[in-house]
Amino acid sequence: MSTDTDPEITSADGRVAADQRRDRLVQGGLFLCISFTLLTTLAIFWVLFNEATHFFFDGRFSDVVVSLLTGESVSQRITFVEFFAGERWDVTHSINPGYWVGPLVWGTFLITVGAAFVSIPIGTLTALYLSEYASQDVRKYLKPGLEILAGIPTIVYGFFAISFITPWLIRPAAELLGVQTRSANVAAGAIVVGIMTIPIVASISEDAMSSVPDDLRNGAYALGATKFDVSLGVVLPASVSGVFAAYILAISRAIGETMAVTIAAGFTPQIAFSPFVEIQTMTAYMVDAVRGEAVVGSIRYQSLFAVGLLLFIITLVMNLLNNKLKERYREEYR
Amino acid sequence: MSTPPMDELFGDIDLEWEHRKNRAFRSLCFLSSILGLAALALLIADVLWEAYRGVSEYDIGIIHFITSTGSVNPDRAGMYGALVGSVLLIVLASIMTFFIGVGAAIYLEEYAPDTRLVRLIDANLANLAGVPSVVYGLVCFGLLINGPLDLGRIILVGAIALALVVLPIIIVSAMEALRAVPDSVRNGSYAIGATRWQTIRRVVLPAAMPGIMTGTILAIANAWGQTAPLLMVGAIASARHVPTGPFDDITALTVTIFDWAFRFQDQFHVLAAMGIVGLLVVLLGMNMVAIYIRSRYEKELS
Repeated sequence: MSTDTDPEITSADGRVAADQRRDRLVQGGLFLCISFTLLTTLAIFWVLFNEATHFFFDGRFSDVVVSLLTGESVSQRITFVEFFAGERWDVTHSINPGYWVGPLVWGTFLITVGAAFVSIPIGTLTALYLSEYASQDVRKYLKPGLEILAGIPTIVYGFFAISFITPWLIRPAAELLGVQTRSANVAAGAIVVGIMTIPIVASISEDAMSSVPDDLRNGAYALGATKFDVSLGVVLPASVSGVFAAYILAISRAIGETMAVTIAAGFTPQIAFSPFVEIQTMTAYMVDAVRGEAVVGSIRYQSLFAVGLLLFIITLVMNLLNNKLKERYREEYR
Repeated sequence: MSTPPMDELFGDIDLEWEHRKNRAFRSLCFLSSILGLAALALLIADVLWEAYRGVSEYDIGIIHFITSTGSVNPDRAGMYGALVGSVLLIVLASIMTFFIGVGAAIYLEEYAPDTRLVRLIDANLANLAGVPSVVYGLVCFGLLINGPLDLGRIILVGAIALALVVLPIIIVSAMEALRAVPDSVRNGSYAIGATRWQTIRRVVLPAAMPGIMTGTILAIANAWGQTAPLLMVGAIASARHVPTGPFDDITALTVTIFDWAFRFQDQFHVLAAMGIVGLLVVLLGMNMVAIYIRSRYEKELS
């Protein structure tokens, strides 16, 4: 942060006054820059809510809000009950369309949980290794390696899923169990999303673990604890809010992940319980709908924004939770 | 350990077991850390192998692949048009975000009073960084293509979508770079009568510039690999089209790879791999520039 004392110069010299005037002008310009971020947020809310209102009420957002406020009855085209607890998701069906978002949410849920089973154990153990065991030399190679892993574009992970994970891991496993599998399946999607979120879990957890003061470790060592006891009995509990922040961020990323799951997990919205079947996540639906030439004003076009709004709200809640946890662990050991 | 009282004291502890447990856990942690890197190595090996198959099995010339523009016929497909589109996209996105991003970071680090509005901006920034990139694409689709502004599916709209994705990243990394400049440097400048802006422009910014550049390059590398926001604003795999300016139809390398990866013929699959090699080579170049800047200027101000 800057210093608290403002360099206010009191002088009759005109140049100083001009300098200070320019200073204030610049401050205004810089404030304009930051206001772009607020504008972006407003744009996100406006577009998503407006189009989602078209989807649910078949009317403009402002009209619907005015009608609701004045107590007029609003005819709802697609009820929230149907959206959240209907029968199936098939927006384009000409005779009997279904508007239940459940299958898409279920697809996202499967991928996210599967990815968490990969990234949370591996990421946490990696963080413990980096903060408690690793020598400087090992860290020097391990950390850049993780950074590279985090920098690989998600489309490349998608390609990796269909060209390696599915044919070499998932298909043999399915054959062993005697079940059919497709080139797109839940397991491959979950594994690649898990791999790509390992660096998030590892680096943020390690941050939290490194901020645990050495006094706590030394106290445990003085009592005769081994590194194993210190890692799991002292460091992990002491950094728990930071570690949870890392988990939540990784899960939030997995929910919003688009390309890898689109390629790896497919385009079939369904409630499935097998890791070898094709599903569709919320994000994959968005890609699917926009590629399928959704005509402006059609129900397919508007459904895009209803699903987008739901996705945005879910990730927003996760991010707020993450920020709260992060604040807490920053305050714990100052 | 040999004196009788000690034996009694630790009689119920099997030291051998404790040590074995510790060693086993250490190995487990080590294996986990290696697993991530192993996945990375496998991924790169897989992509290189598939790309090599393209050169050996299908006889696709590398020069031909780089210089010709994508076609429905896999024998004549190439990534030139897509590459040009991607370069145009990130150049435009960088121009749009660099100045706004650094300006916003300067405001938040150097000027911002601790008011409620600033705290709101801060919290909002953290949330924007966590919004999925596909949502930014959707918002641009609804606002700039089908909404009040009908710009069409052009490069400029794609660049705006990418700019929205990377702006929070640039702001946060520039803030970190500014924070790393010690206050003593600022105070020295104030002491000789400089105003706040003079101090920032002549002292703080030059000192923070390597950090800002590194963060910006990494953010642009992120934009380079983005696919979802571009798909949302209607990017297509380039058929016979080489874009020439910001108002041309939007096409990008990542989107072309996505299109190839989805076709059933094996030849398109290896074309996708070759496109990915091109994508990763550029990414590697950007990262090396960032690492070079970081190591070259790192120790100057400590």
